[in-house]
Amino acid sequence: MTAEAVQTQQPLLRVRDLKIRIQMDNGVMNAVDGVDFEIRKGKTLGLVGESGCGKSLTSRALLSINPKECETSGTVAYLSSSEPGAAGKPLNLLSLDPNGRQIRSIRGRKIAMIFQEPMTAFSPMYTIGNQITEAILIHRTRNKKEAKKIALEMLSKVGISDQEKRFDQYPHEFSGGMRQRAMISMALSCNPELLIADEPTTALDVTIQAQVLELMKTLQQEFGMAILLVTHDLGIIAEMCDEVAVMYLGKIVEQAPVKEIFHNPKHPYTKGLLRSMPRLGGNKSKRLDSIEGAVPIPVNMPPMCGFYERCKDRMEGICNAQSVPATQISGSHTVRCFLYSDQHGGE
Amino acid sequence: MAKPILEVKNLNKDFKVKSRKALFAKPNAVRVLQDISFQLREGETLSIVGESGCGKTTLGRCIVRGMSASSGEVLYRTEEGVAVDFLKLKGTESKRFRKDIQMIFQDPYSSLSPRMSVFDIISEPLIANFKLSKSEVEEKVSAIAEKTGLNVSYLKRYPHAFSGGQRQRIAIARALITQPRLIVCDEAVSALDVSIQAQIINLLKDLQEQFKITYIFISHDLSIVENISDRVAVMHLGRVVELAAVDSMFKQPGHPYTEALLSAVPQPDPDLKKTRIILEGEVPNPANPPSGCHFHPRCAYKTERCIKEVPALREVGDHHFAACHYADELTLRGARNEQGTGDGQ
Repeated sequence: MTAEAVQTQQPLLRVRDLKIRIQMDNGVMNAVDGVDFEIRKGKTLGLVGESGCGKSLTSRALLSINPKECETSGTVAYLSSSEPGAAGKPLNLLSLDPNGRQIRSIRGRKIAMIFQEPMTAFSPMYTIGNQITEAILIHRTRNKKEAKKIALEMLSKVGISDQEKRFDQYPHEFSGGMRQRAMISMALSCNPELLIADEPTTALDVTIQAQVLELMKTLQQEFGMAILLVTHDLGIIAEMCDEVAVMYLGKIVEQAPVKEIFHNPKHPYTKGLLRSMPRLGGNKSKRLDSIEGAVPIPVNMPPMCGFYERCKDRMEGICNAQSVPATQISGSHTVRCFLYSDQHGGE
Repeated sequence: MAKPILEVKNLNKDFKVKSRKALFAKPNAVRVLQDISFQLREGETLSIVGESGCGKTTLGRCIVRGMSASSGEVLYRTEEGVAVDFLKLKGTESKRFRKDIQMIFQDPYSSLSPRMSVFDIISEPLIANFKLSKSEVEEKVSAIAEKTGLNVSYLKRYPHAFSGGQRQRIAIARALITQPRLIVCDEAVSALDVSIQAQIINLLKDLQEQFKITYIFISHDLSIVENISDRVAVMHLGRVVELAAVDSMFKQPGHPYTEALLSAVPQPDPDLKKTRIILEGEVPNPANPPSGCHFHPRCAYKTERCIKEVPALREVGDHHFAACHYADELTLRGARNEQGTGDGQ
């Protein structure tokens, strides 16, 4: 797909200047610091970064399910065509009461989420069937029999055999891969427009991971939903996504269509990430290129590039003196680095 | 060829599992390691791969005696060339050799005591194994800290003050301090971020070169395994199903399970269109393993024979062992020939 085609796709969710601040004992942590992105209908956006970069907080902020300590600002405009009462008009999800009726009618119904740990995401006290039908009973039907029918259908869609028996089993009777399938079936039971998948396969074996990713792809084609895929694995990004946003220290440092990111990475961090990954079939005896140092903790950070300390191409007096604006390189490729900024003319 | 350092012979391990039928019923034995045999040469890296529950961690622990094996031998060849059965050593004898074999664990957040300073953590094996003066201990600890990339002035701090990558360096320093000849790394880099992972892998490689250490590298990540190992053992349900040099195995695997594992790894290349082998179902329950070849319920190439007959691990190529009846006939896809030639479409 060309960059223009991606651009013209209708957006479903438009995030602007999303900030999450957390009060710590020793200052304010800007966990998410001005994030902009768009998720287009039926497409997959990958959010990639190392632990602590704020990718999970960002994904949770879309549904207002972060803990109270997170002060969130910015806009999350939800542009659904089918949203009752607000036909076509964008709805700012952040302005809604996080416990109110309106956001609850969107959570699970329009925007569903699957989590990393399928063990902790299910309640151990209720049967799998009970937990899947709960969402269906709230959003789709009042009829318990009908809800069960829908749930069984969903279970068979995600490849769980013997659904009647499985329906009445508890989460501990499922294996890891099965639990993740059950969670996907629960998330998709209300036919959402957007699925947020936070590290959906990190806890699974490679063979099971392959099954689950394949399943997500087929279901996306069938239901035509958009996916926000949060992961640290560039292999999964390459396989699943249309567009990629690379996050570092609360900021999106580079954003582009997937092929652009892998073939023409611009930001030193993206380049470093791609280089430090061992590849199957690569040269064995080669030393891996690593990024020196570790991710700093973003408490009381002065306005500067967060990657400065670890960057090989850093420019003293420029990169550590001011915050970095986003530069548009081509139609759909933006990067946050002074090397490409007009102001300092870099290379 | 380097001399052998460790030989594992017919190692078995049973776990006792309580029967659900009656309260006082005799516990059932579940065999989690079945007849494991391999040799390890000095200075090489042998990786053990497989899905969770295949017994790879148990094997590592049985070798360092973190767990006692049910039967079998682990012959350790000392520097003088004397072979001792590591599993049968007792008391001071065992202490003498234990310092030669060390272990690094997966989770650097739970493998370091939060109540000990980094200095105490690193020096503990030294104090337990050698009679050294205080200044000698200090000297050795700071030497090793420097080697592993730790800041010597931070040694008085406690583990909570360090990041994941730094903690893993502490764990490596602790393993190295007794100057071991063999280190078992149990998923030593799995919990780390990609950029940090690369740092630690490079560190392990450098240390190996410097001190001629032998590694048993337990991992589920095949891209890392390819990068770090000389030979690879693939485990499935408590058995070694394939054992070969890494190049030979990744070019042309001899077991369908290895083929499936290799094909399941997501590749960081959006242009790569590969025909992926999706294994049906999941790892069978070791308490109730399938008949014949344990892999047959998920295998695409199975025949009547696979359901009835257990395949033995046999040599199918030059130092290439596989436990499949049809290893000679099947041409399986590896990881090496997918790019470039357009093979596998």
